[in-house]
Amino acid sequence: MRAAAPIASMAQFLQVLLSGLSTGAIYALAAIGFTLVWQAARTVNFAQGEFVMLPAFFVLIGVHWLHMPRWLALVFGLIVAVVVLGLLFKKVVVEPMLPNGGLPLIIATMALSILLKEGAKQFYGAEAQPFPSLFPQTTLHVGGAVVSVQDLMNLIVSLAVVVGLTLFLNRTRTGRRMQATAQNPRVAEILGVNTRRMVLYAFLVNAALAALASFLISPIYLAKFSNGETLGLVAFIAAIVGGFNQIRGALAGGLLIGVLDNLTATYVTTEYRAALPLVLLIAIILWRPQGLLGVDEGRKV
Amino acid sequence: MIGPKFLAAGALAAALGLNAGVALAADTVNIPCVCELSGAGAVAGTNFHDGAHMAVDEINAGGGILGKKIEMTDMDTQTDPMTSRALIQKAIDSGAYAIMGTIYSGSTIVNMMVAEKAGVPQFTGAEAPNITEKHNPFIFRTSSGAEKGVPALTSYFKDHLKVGKIAISWVNNDFGKGGHDVFLAQMKKAGIEVAADVPSEQGQADFSADVSKIKQSGAQAVFVYLNEEEGARFLKEARKQGLTAPLVGEVTLTGQKVIDLAGGAAEGAIAHVGLATSAPVPSIEDFVTKFKKRYGRDTDHNGIKGYIGVYAIKYATELNGKFDRKALADKLHGLTLDAAKYPNMLLTTSWDANGELSRESFITEVKDGKQVVTGTVPAN
Repeated sequence: MRAAAPIASMAQFLQVLLSGLSTGAIYALAAIGFTLVWQAARTVNFAQGEFVMLPAFFVLIGVHWLHMPRWLALVFGLIVAVVVLGLLFKKVVVEPMLPNGGLPLIIATMALSILLKEGAKQFYGAEAQPFPSLFPQTTLHVGGAVVSVQDLMNLIVSLAVVVGLTLFLNRTRTGRRMQATAQNPRVAEILGVNTRRMVLYAFLVNAALAALASFLISPIYLAKFSNGETLGLVAFIAAIVGGFNQIRGALAGGLLIGVLDNLTATYVTTEYRAALPLVLLIAIILWRPQGLLGVDEGRKV
Repeated sequence: MIGPKFLAAGALAAALGLNAGVALAADTVNIPCVCELSGAGAVAGTNFHDGAHMAVDEINAGGGILGKKIEMTDMDTQTDPMTSRALIQKAIDSGAYAIMGTIYSGSTIVNMMVAEKAGVPQFTGAEAPNITEKHNPFIFRTSSGAEKGVPALTSYFKDHLKVGKIAISWVNNDFGKGGHDVFLAQMKKAGIEVAADVPSEQGQADFSADVSKIKQSGAQAVFVYLNEEEGARFLKEARKQGLTAPLVGEVTLTGQKVIDLAGGAAEGAIAHVGLATSAPVPSIEDFVTKFKKRYGRDTDHNGIKGYIGVYAIKYATELNGKFDRKALADKLHGLTLDAAKYPNMLLTTSWDANGELSRESFITEVKDGKQVVTGTVPAN
């Protein structure tokens, strides 16, 4: 039975890897939001973590206050999130602030982050709320490994959405117009692209991604007003590590941090794992500031 | 500018107020309730408060303590340590004979010095080990501290579950660190190997790495020493990853809050509970029914804490035969109140020289979404 130990540890490794990929895929959804907003408005949305925290509460409002069935509450949550965190965010916060430059807008998003967090706390209380699970909480036994259906589904859904988004951006007319707007808004406008609309689309997509991330994590993390704090920071770091201006970069960054976090905690140290994303961030800034898959945006004077 | 007339009026008012207080003190005994009636601790605080008021009304209906009626005023700490400190001072200034509260350890640790300095006995619902380690002669627990609970669990791990390898998941704050240190020492004594020692941050959302580390360690049981929300997240993650080792906690893990949050994932979770409202003991069953009849809702163990705290003051004062704060504190040290003779203590209860409480406790398990008592642990 000498072979049993390596097989068991291999199975264990695969479980840890899957668990990391699953968490990482959710980080990636939030991180992609950073890159979308960056491309659309040249700004960093520091309320991104709260954008992921909030849609869960929209669903809870649907379930508890409007007495909707679960699937309807999820649709309701998604729509409210897209309207509030996409449309309203752009109209009320981004548009009035953008002419003043990127920095005031960044500070405005920080203020928004506090407003959303405290608002959720005031409205729904400081205690965590249970959130209905989207997938069965069962496990599959594959070989020697115990695979969580929830982990697997989180990963599949997130990756499917990212693939879908990439196809949309590269293969459709609207998607290519959005890319053109991101690359050079003035030229795009000359070529007849309605750039304002394209920017709006980017914000709507960002809100939808955040809502999806929210629905995937809240069954495990529970819905709580403070959930955005860590999540926003990790997603921000994931976006920088992967490359702030590339969707595939944000995806890679998210997955990398999720996997490294789980591997470090399991095999190296649990005490210092919270420092890991930050160490990664410093290393990237020092040696590859454009990120792993990012493109250099060197500005010429 | 504040005029001299205004000051004089203020002084007069203060003097009158003081006189009124003294006059009042003559035929009643003042026992303020300084509790977490709002903020994060509101659930625990309100139950403690309601339990205490229930005891006060019963005692007053039966003639009070040594013929004096109890007067209990409520002071809300808002779960804020600094506010609680100011309110304890206010309670002392109002001539408190003894003080009920506070429940949160973080508040109690800050405000108990004030009561100690003034020499007023204080009955806390807090459970952090460091509260009775300060040798404060005026602090008394109304439930056992964590340092009593963890040793009670040791025999459960060793004799009942018969584990040789164990893992601990604990929250890295005052509460968690205290329990963690006691746990490691106990396991060493019992000869059980701690295969994984996994700290987590307060408010941590993602426990996937914690659980996979524990799974990988091959531990036969897991000691989960986390607050309610984190405990629920841990249970969910453990279910998600198919962790099959028994998950055993102290107090919180089988509480209603965790069951509500974790749903089906809480099923089978085990915890040692100092006071369980579900205990199959007639005195506690009666209390729970009485509480529900009066307030129209169920209480958690904090309701019992408030209730027996007030009765402890009554019984010890009657043993002394006089209202003397110092004598009350002295009497309680080393005192055992036998439930047969003092029925409203619900269970036989003793205090040691540090105000630490000892009594029979329970092993509970979550079955069909409810906390069920599966065994008792004798007083230690």
